[in-house]
Amino acid sequence: MAAIAPSVVFMDDTMIRARGLTRHFTVKKDKVEAVRDLDLDVRSGELVALLGPNGAGKSTTLRMLTTLLRPTSGTAEVAGYDVVAHQRQVRGHIGYIGQGNGAGHNQRGRDELISQGRAYGMSKAAARAKAAELIASLDLEGVADRVTSSLSGGQRRRLDIAMGLIHSPVLLFLDEPSTGLDPQNRANLQEHIRRLRAEHGTTIVLTTHYLDEADQLAERVIVIDHGRLIADDTPGRLKADYAGDRISLTFDHEHDARRAVARAAGIATGAQIEQTGSNIVIRAAGGTRLVPKLLRSLDDAGVAVTGVEVARPTLDDVFLNLTGRSLREDGGVPVPPRDSIESPTSQEEYAA
Amino acid sequence: MSTTMVTDTVTVFSRELRPVLRNPFSVIFTIVQPLFFLALFAPLLPDAVGGRPALQWFVPGIIVMSCLFGTSTTGANLLLDMQTGSHERMLVSPLSRPALIIGRALKEAAPMFVQTAFIIAATIPFGFRLHFVGALIGLLILAVFCVGLGALSYTLALACKSQDWMFWAVQQTLLFPLLLLAGMLLPIDGAPGWLRFLSRLNPLSYVVDAERALFNGDIVSATVGGGLLAAVVVAVLGLFLGTRAIRRA
Repeated sequence: MAAIAPSVVFMDDTMIRARGLTRHFTVKKDKVEAVRDLDLDVRSGELVALLGPNGAGKSTTLRMLTTLLRPTSGTAEVAGYDVVAHQRQVRGHIGYIGQGNGAGHNQRGRDELISQGRAYGMSKAAARAKAAELIASLDLEGVADRVTSSLSGGQRRRLDIAMGLIHSPVLLFLDEPSTGLDPQNRANLQEHIRRLRAEHGTTIVLTTHYLDEADQLAERVIVIDHGRLIADDTPGRLKADYAGDRISLTFDHEHDARRAVARAAGIATGAQIEQTGSNIVIRAAGGTRLVPKLLRSLDDAGVAVTGVEVARPTLDDVFLNLTGRSLREDGGVPVPPRDSIESPTSQEEYAA
Repeated sequence: MSTTMVTDTVTVFSRELRPVLRNPFSVIFTIVQPLFFLALFAPLLPDAVGGRPALQWFVPGIIVMSCLFGTSTTGANLLLDMQTGSHERMLVSPLSRPALIIGRALKEAAPMFVQTAFIIAATIPFGFRLHFVGALIGLLILAVFCVGLGALSYTLALACKSQDWMFWAVQQTLLFPLLLLAGMLLPIDGAPGWLRFLSRLNPLSYVVDAERALFNGDIVSATVGGGLLAAVVVAVLGLFLGTRAIRRA
């Protein structure tokens, strides 16, 4: 195969286009719909996180997009090529960092990097030069010539990243990249991903079940549950649309709280307001803009506020509102919905 | 075979072989093993076996046996790579699928060829006579057979997923009947009809017969043709099943 140059295959900078992508598995004679009718468009240069609990279909989606798994139905074009008809071209253009460690346990890191480069059609000299460059930029100098089984988890993960980048792919997939890493290594990894985006404009698609990771790292979060896409937007807009801020106000007396509820309902129209004793909790979008107005209004009315707290919503609040379940419990345990939004699917359908 | 497939096979082969080259002691034991076998078994043989002097009959069989043991474990190394994720990483790369299999099978076969040189060097002082050209052709046919056997072992590993025990159970269960039915250790000639019939169904029998003919200089013969055909059939079948298993995995 000729060396694969990062090409301009796209007329409209679409990097991924999936239509009706579906994958079924048969587990003990039962049909499990791991991914159902997924439509997805990713433009060149985007940093996208697929967020969902374990078993939601994130990895299955990634495996179809990276040619590891054939779709049961539907189509997907990745880097301009069909994932079924042109597997080889798709493979040549993408980088993939899977959940496991890509380096053989009895191999040395540098050797693996060079053979990985060769696998992508690079010359020996080019592969060696790029390996040295990646070893330096990923802080692997001290360990690159050691057998990989003697490396720490964080070092192995960095080696995986180096292997995924050896051929300078235009599109990089990462499947649960930070699972099993300690917080420091996780932060380190996120830094590398950001730098990759900033320096090379690489399109990045990663899966995660860590809320903070999706929130901090991705510019676009695609929430997947039960194999279906249930939301797709920036973390900020998802939170504004599906969760809203949580404003808690504390008063000296219960009757003050009651009066505050009436006032708040006039100002924050459509907000959800609850009173418990001398406390009230308001859920509304744009909480930071709302609070000054609210305080002024209460002051005018002569109601003394003794405490204020504004909590920004998390993606967990988004997930909870969308599904009625919390992601924090790893999607396994249903929690009663906190508001009126119904869970779209029943818990029985949940496939691990 | 396209140039890509050759390049890719070299890439896979050299990746697999590299740890061995970096630490040759890891295979020394395997290489020396058949010499012990030979030292303990050969003295038990009568002066002539199967119409040939004992060593002329026995040495080619031992060479095929060590290749059989070596390449039938191709899938065992794959099992480990499947568990760590390095197999998946290679599947996502554009490496040609048959190259993934052939490279691995040849890596298991490579030390066996070194071993062959040891076996021949050790038996010549005891009267083994080698026909050089015949032996070279014999090793080529053996390499083709090894690719097929390695591919079948690879397929077995894919089918067993991560269950090591199942791989070993199937490998061991098949290995010894194949070995005995091929007349590798004892001649089949005097066997009962049903055993001789089973032996003729075993492709390995044809390969062993061909190796014996070739090592003794009997190059252009129906026996050699039969051995070559059996090796090619096993290789084509193995690669067909192996690439299909990769696509379906």
